[in-house]
Amino acid sequence: MSSVLKAKHQRLVLIIIALIAIIGAGLLASYALRNEASLFYTPDQIAANPPAPGQAIRLGGMVQEGSLSTMADGITVSFTVTDKESSTVPVRYTGILPDLFVEGSGVVADGRMDPDGTFIADELLAKHDENYVPRELQDMDQHSPDKTLETLESVT
Amino acid sequence: MIAELGLAALWLAAALSALQLLGGVLAQRKEASEIARLVRPAAIMQGVLAGFAFLMLLWLFYVTDLSVKLVATNSHSAKPLVFKLAGAWGNHEGSMLLWVTVMALAGGLIALVERRLPEKTMLATLSAQAFVGLGFYAFLLLSSNPFERLPQPALEGIGLNPLLQDIGLAFHPPTLYFGYVGLSVAFSFAVGALLTRQVNPNFARAMRPWVLGAWIFLTLGITAGSYWAYYELGWGGWWFWDPVENASLMPWLAATALLHSVGVLAARDALRTWTIMLGVIAFSMSMLGTFLVRSGILTSVHAFAVDPERGSFILVLLLLYIGGSLLLFALRANTVSEGERFSVTSREGALVFNNVMLSALLGIVLLGTLYPLLTEAFDVRVSVGPPYFNPVGAIFTIPMLLIMAVGPLLRWRGDSFARIKNSVAIVAAIMLAVLALVLILGSYGLLPVLGLAVAAGLAVGSFLPLRGRNLMRAPLSLWGMVIAHFGIAVALFGMASETAFSEEKLAAVPVGESAQVGPWNVNLEQVAPVAGPNWTAIQGRLAASYDGGDPVILTPESRNFWAPPQETTESTLATRWNGQLYAVIGNQAADGRWQLRLWWKPFVTFIWYGGILIALGGLLALIGRLRTDLKRRYVKSRQADRAKEAAAL
Repeated sequence: MSSVLKAKHQRLVLIIIALIAIIGAGLLASYALRNEASLFYTPDQIAANPPAPGQAIRLGGMVQEGSLSTMADGITVSFTVTDKESSTVPVRYTGILPDLFVEGSGVVADGRMDPDGTFIADELLAKHDENYVPRELQDMDQHSPDKTLETLESVT
Repeated sequence: MIAELGLAALWLAAALSALQLLGGVLAQRKEASEIARLVRPAAIMQGVLAGFAFLMLLWLFYVTDLSVKLVATNSHSAKPLVFKLAGAWGNHEGSMLLWVTVMALAGGLIALVERRLPEKTMLATLSAQAFVGLGFYAFLLLSSNPFERLPQPALEGIGLNPLLQDIGLAFHPPTLYFGYVGLSVAFSFAVGALLTRQVNPNFARAMRPWVLGAWIFLTLGITAGSYWAYYELGWGGWWFWDPVENASLMPWLAATALLHSVGVLAARDALRTWTIMLGVIAFSMSMLGTFLVRSGILTSVHAFAVDPERGSFILVLLLLYIGGSLLLFALRANTVSEGERFSVTSREGALVFNNVMLSALLGIVLLGTLYPLLTEAFDVRVSVGPPYFNPVGAIFTIPMLLIMAVGPLLRWRGDSFARIKNSVAIVAAIMLAVLALVLILGSYGLLPVLGLAVAAGLAVGSFLPLRGRNLMRAPLSLWGMVIAHFGIAVALFGMASETAFSEEKLAAVPVGESAQVGPWNVNLEQVAPVAGPNWTAIQGRLAASYDGGDPVILTPESRNFWAPPQETTESTLATRWNGQLYAVIGNQAADGRWQLRLWWKPFVTFIWYGGILIALGGLLALIGRLRTDLKRRYVKSRQADRAKEAAAL
């Protein structure tokens, strides 16, 4: 009799441990997601609502024509990222530029803002072929910064 | 003509699949119908036809038949032969055909050889298999016909994405597909057993080889994929927590849990409902993985040509299969009676712990992978990466690995902790010793330090089940477990070592000068243009010497492909027993210096050696189990013969 009870008891213990673990995992995951997921920003959003310096974010936009320059160490590059409304964010990246990184095309970068407003990129997302547009940039017209500029010029 | 033959075979196979589904369902009625007898032959014939269709597609790629749309868009007459053939499945339509073919062959195989289950259960299993298969046939024939002709034959093909022109990658997707298909068979067995109320050890024994086989392929696929990303992307990393990577990791986690629970069911007739549930989850995860990869719904560094419409077709299939099977589970789970009981401190108890931790991990990876989709619904865009996955995953992985080091020492049903305390003490002592040693050596991150300690303890702990046994007589499946567990320790050691001890050097170097990284001195001897069969490149010539020894020549390249036009970075590796030197060449700076990115990664290769060991362990276990099955079958048939002889006398 007592052994049957004990067996039932053991089974209950296992089920409770399993439930605690699964619920714990869920809570932990949702807590961590809120804190560790990095938000995607366009230059407009950075201008409107700047993220705290040092917070991991993802930046996406177009590399402005003529903005790419290499610094004296030969491996650090700086360029400017723009978007539709022509807000700009200066970006610094130390490393080898990914294949297909060209001025006037889209870029997605992981990194953080430093206190003086420069985006320090840890990683530039590589494109695999010339047809591939990062998902974050799909609804952004590839040539819109230039077009916006042209329209502005024709108005003035 | 060849294309039309292939298409006809595919239609016929689909029709047989419908027959198989119908027959299996009708056979569940009380009076066995005539049509039930057709189910097994239909499954076998379907396998043959699908195999034939796939061979036809291979042939079209072999001869580069440019009147076929798929060939024209994915191949090129100037491509090396092996990549021409690999092009057959290096695209959406072809890879779906490969999936269907492997699935049909697997269905044919179980119809041919599996005889230990009650016939009704087998027929239900085969009809579940046909049900899953029909969805894929519909998908292929209605929206992604691989045999479609062009109105006008193309003059030349477009070519295969250069990043995919790599021998490792040519065999990576099929490996994962074999794994996914293996899980679909396990799923069909689970559905068959649930429908006919036959959830018992015999069912577990029939299902186990498929789970093991799927798990071996998934392990190899993930290992190969990780190595490919490591050397092909040129970022020096071996795991990015990318959605496409997670898509292959989630089925692996589920399959690992299933593998252990199906073992409990086979040996001890416990964990009945749980095993069925895992069978459903494991297959759901492989469908979800296919959906995530094929639909391009998530930003991925691996995203190639994707198509949202096809994604929604797979999503419908996904919801149909998962929803249907969960409904069936909800309706039938209460008819599965409780299995044998066991106490918490027992082999079963340890395996339940493993299953719970694996499920928690699976949940964490799933949430992290889908979270960007959830937030996007509220117009917030986020990306989830290592800062989430690493620490949260580790909280569940480390306890699991600790239990894994000593759990196999426990006996079935009920055991006491006191009996194994010496072994636990040995493992704990080794972990603490390594922990102290690493802490004295220097300050590294928390996770890699814990990883090194756990790896050491697990490496020793994994061999303890062999203690006191005659090594020659220990069953093959035991050896399999020992080697697979040891492989986990080896891989973990590689990961922790790479994370803790890697050194990186990024510099602009003039030709003729050197850069230092870790114990390596790397001299940039020259930079020159080179040409390949379908590309041209800038090639650097590096003389790398380890600790002042003889230099090794490395030639990293920056390649330009012309069909289709694309640039790729070709990293080069110098492999030693204790690690790898990893070199990438970049652009030339204005003053003539060249960008070099160098890494010294101590023991990084152990990650993939570990993966291979894990798969090898699985293979040994599979061979061991199959041999036991065959023996049992032989003994049974001998007994039957004897009984016949006795009756004749």
